[in-house]
Amino acid sequence: MNVFSGAVARVSGMVARAKVLPKPAKIALWALFVIFLFLLPILNIPVISTPDSDFGGVLFTVTTYVLVALGLNIVVGYAGLLDLGYVGFYAVGAYTVGVLGSAHAHVPWLLAVPVAVVAALISGIILGAPTLRVRGDYLAIVTLGFGEIVRLTAVNSGWLGAASGISQVPRPPSVSVFSLPHLDWSSGTPIVDLSNTTTFLKFGITDQIPYYWLALMVIFVVIFFDKRIKDSRVGRSWEATREDEDAAELMGVPTFKFKLLAFAMGAFIGGLSGALFAGKQGFISPDSFPLLLSILFIAAVVVGGQGNRKGVILGAIVVAYFPERFREFQEWRVLVFGLALMMLAIFRPQGLIPPRRTVLAKQADETLEALEEGTASDA
Amino acid sequence: MQYLIANFFSLTVTGITLGAVYALVALGYTLVYGVLRLINFAHSEVFMYGTFTAMWSVMLLGGHSGASIPGVIGWIVVMFLVAMVTSGLVAVGLERVAYRPLRKRNAPPLISLISAIGASFALSELMGLRDKLAGFFGLDRKLGAYVGQARNNSAMPEILTPQPVFTIVDYQVTNVDILVVVGAILMMIVLDQFVKRSRLGRGIRAVAQDPEAAALMGVNRDRVIQVTFLVGGIMAGAAAVFYILRIGITRYDAGFILGVKAFTAAVLGGIGNLRGALLGGFVLGLAENYGSALIGTQWKDVVAFLLLVVILMFRPTGLLGESLGRSRA
Amino acid sequence: MPDITEGRAAKANATEGGRSRILEVDNVTLRFGGVVALDEVSFHINEGEILGLIGPNGAGKTTCFNVMTGVYQATSGVVRFQGSPLGRRKKFKITQLGIARTFQNIRLFANMTALENVMVGTDAHHRTGVLSAMFGLPLHRQEESDGRDRAYELLNFMGLGKKANELARNLPYGDQRRLEIARALATGPKLLCLDEPAAGFNSAEKAKLMDLIRKIRDQGYTVLLIEHDMKLVMGVTDRVVVLEFGRKIAEGLPAEVRDNPAVISAYLGVDEDAS
Repeated sequence: MNVFSGAVARVSGMVARAKVLPKPAKIALWALFVIFLFLLPILNIPVISTPDSDFGGVLFTVTTYVLVALGLNIVVGYAGLLDLGYVGFYAVGAYTVGVLGSAHAHVPWLLAVPVAVVAALISGIILGAPTLRVRGDYLAIVTLGFGEIVRLTAVNSGWLGAASGISQVPRPPSVSVFSLPHLDWSSGTPIVDLSNTTTFLKFGITDQIPYYWLALMVIFVVIFFDKRIKDSRVGRSWEATREDEDAAELMGVPTFKFKLLAFAMGAFIGGLSGALFAGKQGFISPDSFPLLLSILFIAAVVVGGQGNRKGVILGAIVVAYFPERFREFQEWRVLVFGLALMMLAIFRPQGLIPPRRTVLAKQADETLEALEEGTASDA
Repeated sequence: MQYLIANFFSLTVTGITLGAVYALVALGYTLVYGVLRLINFAHSEVFMYGTFTAMWSVMLLGGHSGASIPGVIGWIVVMFLVAMVTSGLVAVGLERVAYRPLRKRNAPPLISLISAIGASFALSELMGLRDKLAGFFGLDRKLGAYVGQARNNSAMPEILTPQPVFTIVDYQVTNVDILVVVGAILMMIVLDQFVKRSRLGRGIRAVAQDPEAAALMGVNRDRVIQVTFLVGGIMAGAAAVFYILRIGITRYDAGFILGVKAFTAAVLGGIGNLRGALLGGFVLGLAENYGSALIGTQWKDVVAFLLLVVILMFRPTGLLGESLGRSRA
Repeated sequence: MPDITEGRAAKANATEGGRSRILEVDNVTLRFGGVVALDEVSFHINEGEILGLIGPNGAGKTTCFNVMTGVYQATSGVVRFQGSPLGRRKKFKITQLGIARTFQNIRLFANMTALENVMVGTDAHHRTGVLSAMFGLPLHRQEESDGRDRAYELLNFMGLGKKANELARNLPYGDQRRLEIARALATGPKLLCLDEPAAGFNSAEKAKLMDLIRKIRDQGYTVLLIEHDMKLVMGVTDRVVVLEFGRKIAEGLPAEVRDNPAVISAYLGVDEDAS
């Protein structure tokens, strides 16, 4: 753990230095970073790129997880609500797109998405309204039940495609703006491969990269709004409710309303992520939405550091990327995952990047301990 | 509806035997929740390991159908011993490795849940990968019958052929049915007495109600918690035997669905309430059977989940209310 | 049974210019199963006064607070705030009406800063919601900055200005108590209920607190004060209500109440802080 803490410290040091740069420099740095993210699949960097599966597809999966983690972070990290059935909202979003776009109508993807997110939102409200009045640990189980009910309903409903699912789900609308060639590293040095290009934004079947770009843009929008909300009375009400719900209510916070809001927003983002997934995959079935996925989502949030936006993004990347990168160990993935969760809980429960309050609190506790030990040795 | 009425008694008896298994497993959930406020997600694996070791012991002893009654009884006794010991050990080990370290650090509930989930996956995957693991030690050939095809169903040789014993209206109650129901009720009575009368049982109730006061009264909290897990594990081991005798097959993920249903049963009866767990188990078994008769067997699992969600939404304290521990405001 | 002291209190009321009653507890009984926590308790608070609520431990003082703030529902009887009954209103609605409180055991939002704690209080009067927050609408930004200014104002008033960005859990005990008061004031109440605000203070701190309470009253708030320390009660309250075993046993001016034999016997001479 010390090696890890050392690495984190070094990165934090760099970040701290970056923070004090003048504003134009900061903006330039961010812009470069964003461009780098967009170019990632094109650059095909050897160590990062996945040998066994399409890197663009992997990146899309990672961004799906990041989006979900951001949504779940609102529910779990900000509002402190235990949700073990998040896959339910994800599935509602995906299936709405599937049903509207292929199974029972031919609504284009772009029009199906708003319906999908509203459907997810409504399901969030319907689930949340009666259950949020109930204790925390029960909420976890109710949400787990909800996730499974959604999946089992899909398995058993003919009009949802039953076990074989829905195919020919519509893709996002394409527009060809420009094409970028990939880098080919197979000879050891990067060569621009003009025969292998990706068009911005052409959504086809084989090239997954445009989906990744679309998801990336959605993430930026979500982060923008998330920041705004977190730093407002909404974020404060969530935090107060999480700290001491009764005291918060006595200070005038309508706690139930805000809990429901967090739940609904989480459901909205989950549904959005599911809609994106359906559009890219072209085919959805109940097998895409197992309980394991809900657990993975939770793991992404907890691993990263629940309540911290950057943390959960990192957590999502870790949870989504590593299994893909090391696909040859497929059989062992779940076992490793289970063991990793246990170790995380014991050794680093605050997550990889804990939220500021946890860091400050920990520092304060350490100072206090040092003081106590100091006086003990004096006495 | 027709189907329900026509098969009412067979559905009822099946529901009760199934419910007995749920009830015994539910006891484990409710005990641990009562004492630790923790949902022991991995209890399902405690159960699952019991089914496997019970099955393996029969295989090892060369169990087969058509044997004499003393032989059958012998095998069944061995099954019980092996399963209860296994499940008890797994449960206690779980407490030691996955939960105690967190308890000592005052970890928040979500973190304990994460550890529980991790343990659950780790344990079930270990069983699911047993063929590969045996392969590492070169034992996969020798232990083939036990570890082969780890991801598929494993069947136990039938040692107790269901024989009709008596008839209720139009359903023939078999010896297996009777064994399961009677055996389960016996175990429940034993547990009830244990909790009510023994010193450790009192300790469990005390810690469930007020850990600090219990500690001040000299109750060793760690010991009580260990015993709680042990007892829950033993009950699950017994349930495992009934399960494998009744159903005949098991697999590495057999714990999951059963675990959720058993937890539903515990909540249904009132989490923390032992009698509630029993009642909840039987009610759930019956509800599942009747429900699936009404809307189709493929919806069986949905019935259980729906019941869970509805109960938690509208009557979270369950049928008999919470009692083993304090109910929080 | 007619209460002699009530007559004098009414006179005091009248002499003060016949102020209106901001709160009336009218024959309130609270039962928990077999236990009667409050037994037909009746008293009132006049606008702008500092009322002390005293009594031995377990008398029902905090329970009274809890009924007034909506934590418990009275089994029978009515609590009226500014003339209208509170009814079955939710806690946060009662706070929005104008009753705020502190807690006997400090209940700050431990992992939030002092400033954030107080801002949760100012948030109570925000009218903008999540959509305005998301889009950064001008009204929302205005309310945010107003809330922040008000929070700083209150922190300074309480002497906590420099510690605005410290986590509440890291503040020394005295500051935490003061922060709770600041947070309660931030909700913009008409009636401020303080539950043993001086617990654990030494005499110097208690004297400072008395000044603070007077200053709060001078700013136009009405104060209801639960306290054990007789000196503090004598020194700062205008009137006193005494509870014992859930019943009101005396009411009146501080000096009268102190000499009331029923009150003396209730305390059995146990005076928390004789110093």
